[in-house]
Amino acid sequence: MSEIKEVIVKTDRMATDRYQVNMGPQHPSTHGVLRLLVTLEGEKVLNVQPHTGYIHSGIEKMCEALTYPQIIHLTDRMDYLSAHMSNEAVALCVENALQVEVSDRVKYIRTIMDELTRLASHQLWWCVYGMDLGALTTFFYGLRDRELILDIFEETCGARMTVSYNTPGGLMFDIHPNFQKRVKDYLKYFKTKLPEYDELLSGNVIMRERTEGIGYLTLEDAIDFGVTGPSGRASGFSNDIRKHQPYSAYPFVKFNEILDHRCDSLARYEVRIKEMWESISIIEQLIDNIPEGDYALKMKGVMKLPEGEFYQRVETARGEFGVFIISDGKKNPYRLKFRSSGFSNLFALNNMAKGHKIADLVAIMSTLDLIIPDIDR
Amino acid sequence: MAFNIYDFTTLTHDIHVGLAESFSPFLATTIEWVIVGVVYLIFVALFGLFLVYAERKVCAAFQQRLGPNRVGPWGIFQTIADFIKLLMKELIMPRKADWFLYNIAPFIVIIASFLAIAVLPFAPGLQSLDFDIGVFYLTAVSSVGVIGILLAGWSSNNKFSIIGAMRSGAQILSYELSVSLSLLTMVVFAGSMQFSTIVEGQRDAWFIFSGHIPAIIAFVIFLIAGTAETNRGPFDLAEAESELVAGFHTEYSGIKFAMFFLAEYINLFIISAVAATVFLGGWMPLHFGNFESFNHIMDFIPPIVWFFMKVLTVIFIIMWFKWTFPRLRVDQILTLEWKYLLPINLVNILLMALVVLTKFHF
Repeated sequence: MSEIKEVIVKTDRMATDRYQVNMGPQHPSTHGVLRLLVTLEGEKVLNVQPHTGYIHSGIEKMCEALTYPQIIHLTDRMDYLSAHMSNEAVALCVENALQVEVSDRVKYIRTIMDELTRLASHQLWWCVYGMDLGALTTFFYGLRDRELILDIFEETCGARMTVSYNTPGGLMFDIHPNFQKRVKDYLKYFKTKLPEYDELLSGNVIMRERTEGIGYLTLEDAIDFGVTGPSGRASGFSNDIRKHQPYSAYPFVKFNEILDHRCDSLARYEVRIKEMWESISIIEQLIDNIPEGDYALKMKGVMKLPEGEFYQRVETARGEFGVFIISDGKKNPYRLKFRSSGFSNLFALNNMAKGHKIADLVAIMSTLDLIIPDIDR
Repeated sequence: MAFNIYDFTTLTHDIHVGLAESFSPFLATTIEWVIVGVVYLIFVALFGLFLVYAERKVCAAFQQRLGPNRVGPWGIFQTIADFIKLLMKELIMPRKADWFLYNIAPFIVIIASFLAIAVLPFAPGLQSLDFDIGVFYLTAVSSVGVIGILLAGWSSNNKFSIIGAMRSGAQILSYELSVSLSLLTMVVFAGSMQFSTIVEGQRDAWFIFSGHIPAIIAFVIFLIAGTAETNRGPFDLAEAESELVAGFHTEYSGIKFAMFFLAEYINLFIISAVAATVFLGGWMPLHFGNFESFNHIMDFIPPIVWFFMKVLTVIFIIMWFKWTFPRLRVDQILTLEWKYLLPINLVNILLMALVVLTKFHF
């Protein structure tokens, strides 16, 4: 692993033009309570030192006192934009440990919900990215489309963001009778709206200038830092769990892993835009073919995992999300560890932002699509 | 007093004569100054409020939402309510801020804007300062505002403020060149620096039509540089919200913040008004050479309405690209000015000089 190089800040009288700025914990561009200690020389970024932990909520420790179905509700609160994927990771992990196989219906519904969540997450990322570049209008375009997905979620599982739709052995409830129709209507609508995103932001000459060749993350660095998800794939790091370790209904669908070898901010941007098209295609393949069956297996009231260690990873909207459970045979885990993508992605920021301007630091950080509760847990 | 919506010369003349008859010359002049000052103050305050409201509605339209619609019909009192709120807010000053500079900075910014407004011809007779170096005076006083911005950033004792102020200094000083040079192009064409003469010269056709290619180039450059001068998006680096919180006015609150806020909108008005006056004929109605009846119909619309129609059109265009474009980076902004706009501008002046010399214009 390449080490994070510290730029030593000399404090002698001649070096007056170097100074440090605290971006955060309260700062409009960190999207939460992340603190970046930035060393600047004029506008040039010399070093970025992220300080995490401002909203550490001890979720992993709390999990040790909760039963497995209860843990799922905490995973919503970490990466709240990929809530459904995190739910699914815990559910899958428990199912694997108990060696139960859910019905195809559950698999299909889970995958559709996954991809809808990914769409919603990428939409929010897109509008916030535009805002970080200074194009405020993107925010409303993105939210306009995201609201409709959240409406579908609300109808099916009662919650809009923190869905908690999964449970070990299946789903909380069956899908709403309107679900299929609404999703199909939505895809039809969104396919006309997604090109608007390109018209408003992607083709803009200022946006191109601000992203091309900015925030270079080499393939080696991406692998060293464990940068996964769209950010890693934009550096040519093939890491899509949906392809490499297919789970749920992903083995049944055809889709491309979007790879880009340009390694810059623009690549990370375009990978996400293309992933939205892939998500649409995945949902289209599944939505008409949801098989009949039970929406949940009959599980025991108190789930006790056999003694041992269990690991399950899924692909969330921002990268690899892993759940590691050590069980001692009781109804609570002995120890539970989440591998969150945001934490690994964040620490590549220093390598990417060094030498760029302070405005680029904000833009580069935004292309990593950080969710702070996901980092702090 | 003879009030004539088409020509205010008689009105102002009558007021002057009336005052001169009743008071001593010194007192009459003083009263005139006070009246003019109060009229400008009221106009600027009201028009500033209107622009804030217009900006909200325009940006709402671009962003597919309604904008303010609760306070009063169509939300027209929203900005007034906000302004009252700003007036009542506590004035907070950072402990280690430079007391004198910190407090004087907002005044410098707003005084610079007021000075610039004085030379604008709103309608025939509605212009308080009409002297032969009007354009020169305008470019001179409008660059005073940057001192206020620099002082605000420097005295706030905040790193984000000082970054914003540094950016603003670099940006405004650079774009001042383009603004002046594009105005100079039109001065070459008009043959005068006096605003009334410039407007009068557009009686047959607005300069943007009669000056054809060089005038259009100058107009585009003036719009870009003017937007940069007013610190508006996509050149709002000085207060880049996502990077610098609020840039140079991060530490200002209450009425002092409101002054910066108002000054931004006054500057928007000034830039648009100058663009309208120099390129689009000011208060002069739309005239086309020999179409007598058409010209006559256009004359029915009062000049002051023409002036504000043009100003609002330009303001709308400036708002349009604020709400569409992402922000430029500081080095890109300087590159744009020094490597593109300035050389184009210099060549454009030469082109205009050739056009004037060869009389190849309408």
